[in-house]
Amino acid sequence: MISKRIIPCLDVMNGRVVKGVNFKDIRDMADPAEMARYYSETGADELVFYDITASFEGRKLFTGVLRAVASEIFIPLTVGGGISSLNDFDTVLKCGADKVSVNSGAIKDPSLIGAAAKRYGSQCVVLSMDVKRVNGKFHVFANGGRTDTGIDALEWAKRGEDLGAGEIVLNSIDTDGVREGFDLPMLRAIGEIVSVPLIASGGAGKMEDFCKLFKYDKVDAGLAAGVFHTKKIDIGNLKSYLRDCGVNVRL
Amino acid sequence: MIAVVDYGVGNLFSLMSSLRYLGLDCIVTNKKEDLLKAEKIILPGVGAFGDAMEKLKETGLVGTIKDLAGVKPLLGICLGMQLLFDKSFEHGEYEGLGLISGLVAPLAADINPTLKVPHMGWNKLEIVRDDPIFKYFTNCEWVYYVHSYYAKNCSNAILGVSEYDVMVTGLVRSPSGMVYGMQFHPEKSGNAGLRLLKAFSEI
Repeated sequence: MISKRIIPCLDVMNGRVVKGVNFKDIRDMADPAEMARYYSETGADELVFYDITASFEGRKLFTGVLRAVASEIFIPLTVGGGISSLNDFDTVLKCGADKVSVNSGAIKDPSLIGAAAKRYGSQCVVLSMDVKRVNGKFHVFANGGRTDTGIDALEWAKRGEDLGAGEIVLNSIDTDGVREGFDLPMLRAIGEIVSVPLIASGGAGKMEDFCKLFKYDKVDAGLAAGVFHTKKIDIGNLKSYLRDCGVNVRL
Repeated sequence: MIAVVDYGVGNLFSLMSSLRYLGLDCIVTNKKEDLLKAEKIILPGVGAFGDAMEKLKETGLVGTIKDLAGVKPLLGICLGMQLLFDKSFEHGEYEGLGLISGLVAPLAADINPTLKVPHMGWNKLEIVRDDPIFKYFTNCEWVYYVHSYYAKNCSNAILGVSEYDVMVTGLVRSPSGMVYGMQFHPEKSGNAGLRLLKAFSEI
């Protein structure tokens, strides 16, 4: 049977891995290739790379980094950040990505999801959603969590799936970087209405948080950045712990 | 030298990277001379069966691949493995290369409807029959799958399976020959996948 997945996320800016809290206060952390190798060796099931640079120069650095990582890390790689056209899909896939994650680009033009699914297959298209509570409702935010689109997250998730997204990453802005656990109420709200794999992101602080997460069986994977980057949680230890909790993990 | 057949289906970046990482001499080619010269052939592929078979025919290499399959080791990966069989029922009915007897059918029709399709992610590969391909592989190591169709009615070719409600055909070998197929992606299966590719390179 398919295992639950543990996915470290590398936010890359100007060729370096960085990390913020609540999507702000960005700090420099490490060299992406070195970090990717470390994660691959310690048991990560997949890696996510987000390009959070805006400039053209930054983009070139990013595809260079991606190519370097993809040529020596043989686990699935998902790439996101600023993806807004089929051309962008093409670029990152040629640099070794296996899946491409869309966020603001798909909010601006939802037909991108369908067009990409048709060309590359649904398994290649990941819908990443940054979601925050606004007046008791779950709103989708765009532009790296800065702009409230007013779009209802439940409707957007369902629409994304219908358009052809093969996976959904749910980033809770409310719990991002706070390290007090994943946003289970938000995950349940989305998990009940979509049937594609659901990846939880935002809030991991300790190993117990992952155990609680996977008790909800509609979640397929847990994604985190800071707790792995700072080595507060070692992925190998985490997976042994999860196995002892009865979670099916690749060990 | 290993020739990786280029017929315009899928991305060969990871496969070529993994072969190079193993220090193997390899090329991507759609030329008959290269296949004739090569010691081994890899047939990759992602996408839909009918479309891929059509593209493979357009290269004019089908006859060469069939002839060489009896002479040198051939490895089909993912859709490339499915093409090795007699026929597929993916969006219609299509003839395959017929190098391994069996057919390719939709997974969704045979498994519990609550399970997700594609069968995507890490699953354990259980060895059914020992073979030199498992030289560096331990029973029940994890491999990475992404597929919605699977090979069946091919029990005498099966070397390894993964459980996904049904026993999914993971690794096959033509009963008396050197034609191998992997439904999973060895180039995405971490160290275990690299070791399977290494074993293939030594067959």
